[in-house]
Amino acid sequence: MKNLGSYLLFLFSLVKRSESPGILFKRTIDEAVLIGIDSVFIVGVVSTFIGAVTCVQISYNLTNAFIPNSTIGFMVREMTILELAPTITSIVLAGKVGSNIAGGLGTMRITEQVDALEVMGINSASYLVLPKILASVFVFPMLVVIAMFLSILGGYLAGTLSGALSGQEYITGLRSEFIPYNITFALIKSVVFAFLISTISSYKGFFTTGGALEVGESSTKAVTNSVIAVLIADYVCAQVLL
Amino acid sequence: MIEIHNIHKTFGDKKVLDGIDGVFESGKMNMLLGASGTGKSVLLKCIVGLVKPDLGSITYDGRIFTNNKLDIRQEIRRKIGMLFQGSALFDSMNVNENVEFPLTMLTDMNRTERKKRVEFCLQRVGLENAGNLMPSELSGGMKKRVGIARAIAPHCTYLFCDEPNSGLDPLTAITIDELIKEITEEYDITTIVVTHDMNSVLEYGDNVMFLYKGKKLWEGHSSGIMDTRVKELNDFIFSNRLMRDAKKIEQIEENEQRDEDIRNGEV
Ligand SMILES: Nc1ncnc2c1ncn2[C@@H]1O[C@H](COP(=O)(O)OP(=O)(O)OP(=O)(O)O)[C@@H](O)[C@H]1O
Ligand SMILES: [Mg+2]
Repeated sequence: MKNLGSYLLFLFSLVKRSESPGILFKRTIDEAVLIGIDSVFIVGVVSTFIGAVTCVQISYNLTNAFIPNSTIGFMVREMTILELAPTITSIVLAGKVGSNIAGGLGTMRITEQVDALEVMGINSASYLVLPKILASVFVFPMLVVIAMFLSILGGYLAGTLSGALSGQEYITGLRSEFIPYNITFALIKSVVFAFLISTISSYKGFFTTGGALEVGESSTKAVTNSVIAVLIADYVCAQVLL
Repeated sequence: MIEIHNIHKTFGDKKVLDGIDGVFESGKMNMLLGASGTGKSVLLKCIVGLVKPDLGSITYDGRIFTNNKLDIRQEIRRKIGMLFQGSALFDSMNVNENVEFPLTMLTDMNRTERKKRVEFCLQRVGLENAGNLMPSELSGGMKKRVGIARAIAPHCTYLFCDEPNSGLDPLTAITIDELIKEITEEYDITTIVVTHDMNSVLEYGDNVMFLYKGKKLWEGHSSGIMDTRVKELNDFIFSNRLMRDAKKIEQIEENEQRDEDIRNGEV
């Protein structure tokens, strides 16, 4: 509870007296490039395989001859867009981006770089952290879109290569009963997850005290707490928005 | 001018600062002297507001700093240049960018002016060729010098240096001391230097404070420091081998003189 309070205070301090919009914009772009470019590869690999595995497992379970093969394509689409792409991507990013943010900020804290900013009269929290949050909120949905696309592609490859269904059947499945709101829902989720991961990791990193050992600890805590927060938020979003 | 009054600071149950008073005048080399762990860095951090003192007040040219509104503290801080004990360079930026950073953030110089100022400051600390190196590629002493260049880059009004010449060779150490003294006098800024180095204290200390276990035991011009009767300060000074040798030679000479006087008296 005390943690939650200081977390909220921390969030408040970010928007109070922030740097000039020009600097904020430039820093956000820098961070976005770092977070985005660095994560494309891992997100791509993970989502392709998730799509492939989903497809293979569904086709393994669908043994009833009355259900058309195209259902596999339909189910892969539903599962990846609604749940797997945003959530698994976010969990992967919690590991990658979250530990990176917490480790970076923690190191800056213990080597007095944060103090150096403060002495210059700069609001270190908003200078360092706000761009990371904005960049995450901006970049995560893009990564999730890539993940959706690649996991559906992964499903296609796995399905056709294993001979479970033909390409035509998969595509027919993909195109049946499409609900555009699902995409919106997934993107809203990814923004929520981005906010949670970046703020929790920043909070953990920014308030690191001690030495190198504690920086490692903060990173670990940042990842575990972010993952839990993502899963809880996932449930809440599903309840509220669906 | 910076005035501090009755500064107390305790970490847990460890009393680090125990009622420190002091006046640091502008244009002078104010030096904080003391053994390792006596709270010099903590005092400096209290003065710039990175550590909140439990008790006491700090004023910058008559403006109250402690517990004042954040805006006012920020405004004062924008006039502070500080060298940290561990240099605290931004490790995602190269040397040029480190020195340029406060110029970008705190001044309205344009790009060419900034470049020129960076070049000038790096040259002053003897690092004109290191501009493109990253902090991880620098030696400890080079980091110190970049830290000083960054601190002095935006014409500060207050300059704080935590051990500017520890880890430097004697020659570079003198250059750095000279540099700090020069800009202090030239721009009439208020400078506080934390040091262990008796050489720089004796050479440059206009106002020396000796801290011992969180208390100020001695204060005065460096010329008077050798005659002090404060035992802890004496121990501190003469723990330095060269100083001890100098003292020994002095004593030997004194003894010889006395012997001679006695002999002369006898004759
Ligand atoms: N953040 C902190 N938390 C707890 N104790 C601290 C903290 N900062 C400093 N101390 C303690 O305060 C004392 C004084 O530390 P300080 O860094 O001021 O020493 P110093 O005089 O600068 O020594 P040195 O010459 O070695 O730099 C030390 O005993 C240290 O353990
Ligand atoms: Mg110190």
